[in-house]
Amino acid sequence: MWMIEIPAFVPFFIGALITALTRGTLRSAIMISVPIISVLHLWMIPEGIHLQFSLFEYQLTPYRVDKLSLMFGYVFHIAAFIGIIYSLHLRDTMQQVSAMLYAGSGLGAVFAGDLLTLFIFWELLAFTSVFLIWARRTQRSYVAGMRYLIIQVLSGVILLAGTLFYAAENNTLAFGYIGLDSIAGWLIFIAFGIKCAFPIAHNWLTDAYPEATVTGTVFLSAFTTKVAVYALARAYPGTELLVYIGAAMTCFPIFFAVIENDLRRVLAYSLINQVGFMVVGIGIGTALAINGAVSHAFNDVIFKGLLFMSMGSVLQMTGKINGSDLGGLYKTMPKTTILCIVGAASISAFPLFSGFVSKSMVMAAALEEGFDWIWLMLLFASAGVFHHAGIKIPYFAFFAHDSGIRANDPPKNMLLAMALAASLCIAIGIYPQALYALLPYDTGYNPYDATHVLAQTQLLFFSALAFVWLNLKRMYPPELRSTNLDFEWFYRRAFPSVLKNIFTLIWQADRTLRQEFKLKLAIYLTYIAEKNNRISGLLSRNYPSGNMALWVAVVLASYLFLSFIQ
Amino acid sequence: MKDEKTYLFDNPENIKRVLYILYGCCAVLLALDFVIHRHITHSWENLWGFYPLYGFVGCVILVFVATWLRTFLMRDEDYYEKQETKKTGDHYVDD
Repeated sequence: MWMIEIPAFVPFFIGALITALTRGTLRSAIMISVPIISVLHLWMIPEGIHLQFSLFEYQLTPYRVDKLSLMFGYVFHIAAFIGIIYSLHLRDTMQQVSAMLYAGSGLGAVFAGDLLTLFIFWELLAFTSVFLIWARRTQRSYVAGMRYLIIQVLSGVILLAGTLFYAAENNTLAFGYIGLDSIAGWLIFIAFGIKCAFPIAHNWLTDAYPEATVTGTVFLSAFTTKVAVYALARAYPGTELLVYIGAAMTCFPIFFAVIENDLRRVLAYSLINQVGFMVVGIGIGTALAINGAVSHAFNDVIFKGLLFMSMGSVLQMTGKINGSDLGGLYKTMPKTTILCIVGAASISAFPLFSGFVSKSMVMAAALEEGFDWIWLMLLFASAGVFHHAGIKIPYFAFFAHDSGIRANDPPKNMLLAMALAASLCIAIGIYPQALYALLPYDTGYNPYDATHVLAQTQLLFFSALAFVWLNLKRMYPPELRSTNLDFEWFYRRAFPSVLKNIFTLIWQADRTLRQEFKLKLAIYLTYIAEKNNRISGLLSRNYPSGNMALWVAVVLASYLFLSFIQ
Repeated sequence: MKDEKTYLFDNPENIKRVLYILYGCCAVLLALDFVIHRHITHSWENLWGFYPLYGFVGCVILVFVATWLRTFLMRDEDYYEKQETKKTGDHYVDD
């Protein structure tokens, strides 16, 4: 049974190598077959530790399979498969290879059974994904990618520091429950938090994802944040702090999403909002809440991927992505419009769509555990997400005023990828039991009772009514060409300006000091030269002899001084 | 250039129809509050029309607050680029 010992990332890394060496149809065939072969392989693997060896005195476990990691393993395969189909039309080796490596790194991270392996894949995620941003090949994407890389690597370095502390404290590297009662716990928590886009550390996401390529963003949205969610679910379930962080994450991005013009950036904010629901679920930590968090991560990969794909199609076909430039595209892109609406309905958690069957678990768990205010925040965020992702995205891209753009639906492979994602969204929404069977716990939860369905439908329909009312009254904020300041202002504007000013001051002070010094030096030199002249006159007519006498005096004085020291 | 085809929502009647369907759905959903018995976990859920009201008011507040945020968060589209290109420009001068 040697096959069992092949970790899930290996097929993807081998696939990336072959992708780099092949061209055309053969390359496409290989790229499509990799996730299929790999998921079939994973399907047959029983739970347990399948690869383990010791390095120095530590036990390393690069391949551990249990229910939690399997769930993410499956959805990463689905995401990779859909993403690969979506990008089949590309003739860009850099993007295609890095996408394969990136998907493989995500799989490596979720099946890592020890912190060192996790760290390696954590950094690989950063280094492989940044090429998906740089592949846009613009100055803007280059600097955004740089900022992304710096922050991601920083997260990795903190994780490594935490790992070292953890190894010193516990004498093991095993990756299991960690908790917040040690330095190691806090360091690893911060590292996970950066990748999970916690508030304040969230701007790498809204900065870089909209700058990536059309197909790159689809891959990016699937892996990095979900690996972080997985890691939090593994190491910090039931940490109450996460409930508050998560609730903040669900609420603040929706304000930015409402006024943001770049529709892919709206989706990036909405991604933080969705991850917030997962973080709340992990923080509550009951079986129902963890199930909710994990299944929501599963669904989010698919419906957020679908939304990014539909906006990617718009960008691909029109060359524009700002809400202010778009509108009326339903006329010539009807298929994309319908697929986008399916994604929008899923993220808004309409009954019979996938978001509903997972988000309601987190909400129900928050109520059960007595987090009343948190529940109210989540409810507000649910209405808000419908408002900006469910209505705003399709409305401003495909309806609203007619922009006069008559772009066609995208190529067949892109439509097929979107159709696959859309059917999964609907299938999971209609038959959630298939998803629930994969979950880590058996809670017997049923989302389709009259209470849940009615409450959610009422909430959504009246949110839509609010949108209509505001629009008719012309109170809805129009899409404007603009940049909205966020926390990134501190490190993109304030910090550089402050640094620049400080350095200007330092250089000025330095210049004055040096000038003063030069002036003084000149004075002393003239003084010494005069002395020298006099000594020369005394000892010798020749200039060098006088000089010599002076230096002998200096050397003797130094000797005398040194002898005192001893 | 005149577009030769008229599409679904070019006709204002169709937009009106969609809106009337939405109003109808909202009315029915509100009425269902009388009929369907909920399993209450929280006392607020007992209030009549809690979810519809919360959804509507929540969204209106969301939009108002977001619009207000624009007054001090909004900058030019190339706000960051301006500075970044200026910086590289400086470099060339310095070098």
